[in-house]
Amino acid sequence: MLLMIIAMAGVTYIIRMLPLVFFTKKIRSRYILSVLFYIPYAVLSAMTFPFIFYSTGSIYTALIGTAVAVILALFKRSLLTVAVCACLSVYLCGFIPF
Amino acid sequence: MDKKLKFKNGIRDGLPIGLGYLSVSFAFGVQASILGVPFYMSLFISMTNLTSAGQLAGLTVIASLGTILEIILTQLIINSRYFLMSLTLSQKLDDSFTLGKRFFFSAFITDEIFAVSSSKPHLINKKYFFGLVILPYCGWSLGTLLGALAGSSLPLELTNALGIALYAMFVAIIIPPTLSVKGVLPAVILGAGFSSSLYYIPLFKGLPDGFIYIISAILSSLITAYFFPVPISEKEQDGGEK
Repeated sequence: MLLMIIAMAGVTYIIRMLPLVFFTKKIRSRYILSVLFYIPYAVLSAMTFPFIFYSTGSIYTALIGTAVAVILALFKRSLLTVAVCACLSVYLCGFIPF
Repeated sequence: MDKKLKFKNGIRDGLPIGLGYLSVSFAFGVQASILGVPFYMSLFISMTNLTSAGQLAGLTVIASLGTILEIILTQLIINSRYFLMSLTLSQKLDDSFTLGKRFFFSAFITDEIFAVSSSKPHLINKKYFFGLVILPYCGWSLGTLLGALAGSSLPLELTNALGIALYAMFVAIIIPPTLSVKGVLPAVILGAGFSSSLYYIPLFKGLPDGFIYIISAILSSLITAYFFPVPISEKEQDGGEK
């Protein structure tokens, strides 16, 4: 197991390290800069949907949790508030027999 | 120079991430202990990997007694998004990042740390970045330890509820800028759209989640960047500031 974990950590580190260490030149292309600007939002969005719907063991509680998270995020609540309230709503709705 | 971000600015920005990580990694620790991973191994995983999705996937491979090759490929695919993030971040660091610092700090690039540091209007320095990463790192490690110790003694309702924590945090990162920054909304909608298509269309069944993230993110950003190019003047200002 130790070897597996080290392999895991090694790969993850190399992926993060290579561009940061070897790419110190400033990019001038407006298009490439734009692509890089949108990447984080696109990645996180792609990681969240549709996977968030299957994150709680029940699609109904997950939908409620998602709605709570989206609404609070629209009101610009902090990361912590959004995460805790989403968990709380899923927890409470877990007791409702759907 | 007045606008220069300090260590304490980093700490302030890192605090909510650290607290968020505390709860998310708690969920990871619980999951790992249910799968039979000893608590010190879970802690070791979190301290060396510092990645939510990758660790969860790695855990699955370890639990199913997969091979080293399998775990390397899984990490390569799921975490390849860090390559893009790191590339983006390489454009945001100022001269205080020497080669050694770049080697060191690259280990701390996570989705949230990236999202916060890349959303800063100016170049960032090493003091700010150090302040930013320290609490998330501690939160992630501590949460894992606590979760792994609490382990399978937690009721199912609670572990189910913790499952959404990470995704809720992602939502909190991507939603607010859709209201104020042009182009972010289409990037988010396209990302979710491509991802859902690849997930639900039977033709792509069996495509690993890591591939879904990457393909969706690249397509979405390529398209959004074409229709909503970022204002270039702001970027040049960044370059000329030092």
